[in-house]
Amino acid sequence: MNNIFALAGVVIKELYRRKDFYVLFVMTAVVSLLLGSVRFFNDDKIVRFIKAACLLLIWISTLVIAITTAARQIPAERESRTIFPLLAKPVSRWELIAGKFFGCWLACGITLVVFYLFFGLLTSSYEHHWPVATFFQGIWMHWVFLAIVIALVLLGSVVFTAQSSNATISFIVVVGILFAGRHLHYVGLGMNGFGGEIVTAVYYAIPHLEWYDMRDLVIHDWAQIDWIYIAGATLYGALYTGLLLGLTWMVFRRKTLTL
Amino acid sequence: MATAYILWVTMVLEIKDLRVEFPSRELGERTKLAVDGLNLQVRPGEVFGFLGPNGAGKTTTMNVLLGFVNATSGAASIFGVDVRQPIARQRIGYLPEMTYYYKFLNTEELLRFYARIFRIPSPERERRIDAVLQLVELESARKRLIKTYSKGMQQRVGLAQALINDPDLLILDEPTSGLDPLGRMKVREIIQRLKEQGKTVFFSSHELGEVETVCDRVAILHEGRLRVEGRVSDLVQEYQCNLEQIFLKIIGHLAPA
Repeated sequence: MNNIFALAGVVIKELYRRKDFYVLFVMTAVVSLLLGSVRFFNDDKIVRFIKAACLLLIWISTLVIAITTAARQIPAERESRTIFPLLAKPVSRWELIAGKFFGCWLACGITLVVFYLFFGLLTSSYEHHWPVATFFQGIWMHWVFLAIVIALVLLGSVVFTAQSSNATISFIVVVGILFAGRHLHYVGLGMNGFGGEIVTAVYYAIPHLEWYDMRDLVIHDWAQIDWIYIAGATLYGALYTGLLLGLTWMVFRRKTLTL
Repeated sequence: MATAYILWVTMVLEIKDLRVEFPSRELGERTKLAVDGLNLQVRPGEVFGFLGPNGAGKTTTMNVLLGFVNATSGAASIFGVDVRQPIARQRIGYLPEMTYYYKFLNTEELLRFYARIFRIPSPERERRIDAVLQLVELESARKRLIKTYSKGMQQRVGLAQALINDPDLLILDEPTSGLDPLGRMKVREIIQRLKEQGKTVFFSSHELGEVETVCDRVAILHEGRLRVEGRVSDLVQEYQCNLEQIFLKIIGHLAPA
C-alpha cells in the first residue's frame, strides 16, 4: 500500500498545481455560491429549480475533472517518459494503476466535499435546516459513481492511444449510461428474438451509473434512503471498479514500454 | 558473514540466452530481432561497459533488465531475482539517457517520492536526500521546480534519484550524453567513487575513451548479438589497439590488422 499511497500523493500534487483544474474548480464554486444564495420570493419551485441547476453543474464539473484527470495519467507518464525512472524502481504495474486510481479518486472526493459544502451551507442557511444524512448519502453515492468512472477511464487510457479520444469516448459512454441505462431493459423486452437478448445482456453487463444519481433526494429534501441500499450500491460500485481496474492491469501488465 | 558470502558468490546481473523480438513495421516481415541469444554476467564491484553502435540492442537489453520490455525467450536476473519481479529493482539505481522527471515537483519532493517507493524510513530518507543533493551539488536549488532547471541540472537530478536508495547496482544509459566537459568529469568522478565503495556499475556509452578509463570489463554488441566480452586490458593486449579501434573492427568498419 506504501507505493500506492506515494503514487496517489503525486497525482493529487499534480492536480493542485495545474491551472486548468483551478479554473474549473473556482468557476463551479463561484456559480454554486451564487446559485445557492438566490431565493426568488420564497417560491419553492424556483428554489428547487436553482438547486437542481446547481447540482447539475456540480455533477458536470466533477465528471469533467474525473475524466480529464484519469484520462491523462498513464498516457502522460508515457509521453513525458516519467514512467521509465518510476518503473525502474520496485513498483509493480498493478501498484501504478492502483496509485493512479486512488490519486484521482481522492482528488475527486476532496473536490466533491468542497462543492457540496458550499452548496449545503448556503441552501441550509436559507431553508433553516441541515439535512446532514441526506447530503452525506448524496456525496457518498456521487463519490462511488466517480470511482467507477475513473476506473473506466483508466481502462480506456491503456487501450486508446490518444488521451483526447479516450476522454471523449468515456464521456459519451458515461452520459449514455446515465441517460439510457435504465431504459435498456424495457427496450430489450420490447424487441423480439436475438436483438432483444443482446440489448438485455447489455443492460445486465453495463454498470448502472444512474443508480448513483441522488440529486432528487437533495433537491426535494426527501427522506434518506435505507442504509442497506446504500451499502448494496457501494458493493456493486466496488465490484465494477475492481473489475475495470483488473482489466486495466491485464492490458497494461504485458505492454512493452520502449524508450 | 553468511550475507557477505552470498553477495560474493551471486552474480549481480545475469542474462541467459536472451532473445527479444518486436513486431516488425516493415512489409513482409512479421518480427524484428532486437537481441539474439545474449549471455552476460556482471560480478559484484565491477564497472561494466555495455557497448555497441546505435540499434545494436543495448537499450533493449537494459529495458528487459528494468522490466519495461518482456523477453521473447531466455532469462535475466538481478541479484539472483528474476527481473520480472519488481523486488529485483530494490537494490538498483537507474539513470536514463535523457531526463524524464515530474516537472511539477521540485527536486526535494521528487527525491522524497522515490525514497518512499524504496521504503526508506523517514529520518533516513531526509538524510539521504541531503547527501545526494550535496553529491550532485543541487542543495541550493532543491526547492525549485524541475521545469525551471537547465539540462545539466536536470541530468544531475537524474543522478540524485539514481543514488537515493544507495544502490548496489547502478544502471546508466549513456550517462554523459549531452553533458558539457565539466558534467562528464563529474559523472566519471561519481562512477569512480561508487567503484571505490564496492558498488557495481553497468553502463552503456558511446564515449569509448571514457569507457576505457573507468571500466573493468566491456561487452560489445552488434546487430543484437554479443561479439566480444572481456577485461579492457586483455582486449587491448589481444587486439593490439585501443578500445575505439577494437570497437570499429568488431562492427566491421575497420579491417583487422
